[in-house]
Amino acid sequence: MVLEVKNLKAHIDTPDGVVKAVDGVSFTIEPGETIGIVGESGSGKSVLAHSIMQLNPKPPTFYPQGEIVFEGKKLLQLKEKELQKIRGNEIAMVYQDPMSSLNPVFKIGDQLIEAILTHHHMPKRKARQRAIELLTDVGIPDPEKRFDAYPHQFSGGMRQRVLIAIALACNPKILIADEPTTALDVTIQAQILELMKRIQEKYGTAIIIISHDLGVIAQMAEKVLVMYSGRIVEKGNVEDIFYHTSMPYTWSLLRSLPRIDSETRNRLLSIEGQPPNLVHPPSGCNFHPRCPFATEQCKTMYPQLTKRSGDHYAACILSELEFKEAKKRLENREQEGRQKHV
Amino acid sequence: MSEALLEIQDLNMHFPIKQGVFQRTTNDVKAVNGVNFTLNKGETLGIVGESGCGKSTLARTIVGLLKPTSGDILFEGKSILQYNKKELHELRRDIQMVYQDPYTSLNPRMRAGDIIAAPLKAFNQTNNLKKRVMELMELVGLKADDYNKLPHQFSGGQRQRIGIARALALNPKLIILDEPVSALDVSVQAQVINLLEDLQEELGLTYLFIAHDLSVIRHISDKVGVMYLGKIMELSDSESLYKNARHPYTNALLSAIPLPYPDKEKKRERIVLKGELPSPSHPPSGCVFHTRCPFATEFCKGNVPTLDGKNSSSHYVSCFYPMENKQGEFPRQ
Repeated sequence: MVLEVKNLKAHIDTPDGVVKAVDGVSFTIEPGETIGIVGESGSGKSVLAHSIMQLNPKPPTFYPQGEIVFEGKKLLQLKEKELQKIRGNEIAMVYQDPMSSLNPVFKIGDQLIEAILTHHHMPKRKARQRAIELLTDVGIPDPEKRFDAYPHQFSGGMRQRVLIAIALACNPKILIADEPTTALDVTIQAQILELMKRIQEKYGTAIIIISHDLGVIAQMAEKVLVMYSGRIVEKGNVEDIFYHTSMPYTWSLLRSLPRIDSETRNRLLSIEGQPPNLVHPPSGCNFHPRCPFATEQCKTMYPQLTKRSGDHYAACILSELEFKEAKKRLENREQEGRQKHV
Repeated sequence: MSEALLEIQDLNMHFPIKQGVFQRTTNDVKAVNGVNFTLNKGETLGIVGESGCGKSTLARTIVGLLKPTSGDILFEGKSILQYNKKELHELRRDIQMVYQDPYTSLNPRMRAGDIIAAPLKAFNQTNNLKKRVMELMELVGLKADDYNKLPHQFSGGQRQRIGIARALALNPKLIILDEPVSALDVSVQAQVINLLEDLQEELGLTYLFIAHDLSVIRHISDKVGVMYLGKIMELSDSESLYKNARHPYTNALLSAIPLPYPDKEKKRERIVLKGELPSPSHPPSGCVFHTRCPFATEFCKGNVPTLDGKNSSSHYVSCFYPMENKQGEFPRQ
């Protein structure tokens, strides 16, 4: 186990009140494993990722509870100086927007060397060699020449490759990728995902990939955490999440995807309403105002993550059997509605 | 046979690149390069392609925001390029647009009701203004007390509803939707797509739907055009395109989409395209796709393929070596 997050709460002070961006999240990650975090915007995915790196500004962010343990070190208690030794060295991050995460006035080679020299003492010549090696690794053609190029001379996909190279500069144990392909076209996305998998095989890095795209998660991750308004509502192996979905939110999310492979042009099954306000979250289960199966009990009681099978946990008061029956009833009702409509 | 509402004939939109002291035109960016298609009344045509392929330029040319370099745009059989200022103004009543970013396409200082009323005021339809705005708000699923709210008080999906209500205000015949759901979350995206489909049925609208997401396009379109570097590579009935994509580029796009089936997804065979989009100011010779095409030959480098529907009247491909039926390529549940 390289990283353990225990009951982490990351709250943010705002003029409107305290936003519970991350509210009691626990998970672990093993070496060489890929864990996917999926959720809509505002579900707390990025705040969680930034908490691991301790990049959330304090204040306004504060951590009222919980622990992040990386190789026996409690990150929440470390001093800034000690954190700097870990950041970018042992835990590295790839950001969403390749257009704004590189410094436009420095050559990409120099930005790579900076990452290497911050953590390792070596002659500049050697660092340059290592940088070129890294650029070759991430598939930049003609790396010797491209070393002296500026970020604006690169396309989005190429910049994302450079960012991955910078993240890999010190051979990190964990790579956090926060929506690494959201800004890219599908064909480029396929290239970058392929690259991340190859890198993982070569270096044995554990990857935390954050995405709102269930397809990307299905392709990359072994374990999945589904987040909704700051909480994990379902976690388990990727097959469990996609084929034995046990939480109404995950199920609705999967149903609302437009499918490329659907035979007929059915109406999309959307989730009613909007994602909740995090300053005044709904009482009880956060999902109850949008949940098609909500009962009176859901309005008052927050369900804890409970075991479904093996490593599969879901936060819903419905048991697996009850959920199955409720789904069937809803689908029957929808069928009848559609027939009436025709 | 349904009636053609919009016809695009050999449309070109080239932007000059000016250089030097005298700002001489040295080259141009061929954003839209010889595009042809017909859109029938009540239909939805989806245009799909990667960023930089010219889809938004195409949209802006049709609404009249850009003057094309050459070619013709026929709306209800009449060339809109010959229109004078007054006729163009009248035309805007019939062609409306919904923009991609619901955060920047609404004036942050105007109230929702005023935003929706703006097109009505522009055309002096101020009788019962408030009643009409209320009607439109109800139509797109906004509440009556949203009338006096400012854009920042709405979520992304609701803002897009305001944008749609604004486009509907003048009872247009054609609505051009430029990536209307790309900025939205999946659950909200589904709501907006359903709304668009309901409105089409209710009001008999014609849509030109632009997106980069092939699954959204599949869901909403009757016909689909795949664009690459300013050209249409494949144009076909939606059904036929997704079942039997014939252009290598379309196939590459389809195989690049990650699907939500973890076990099949990890085994899936893909056509991963090498390299990146060439610059539209120096498009490759011959077939523009030959630099990235896995099946390109010497012949493709020297000859330009045309959009051709050899065996079918509804499925056109611009390729010398179109791929044959590849059923079963996609994992099905």
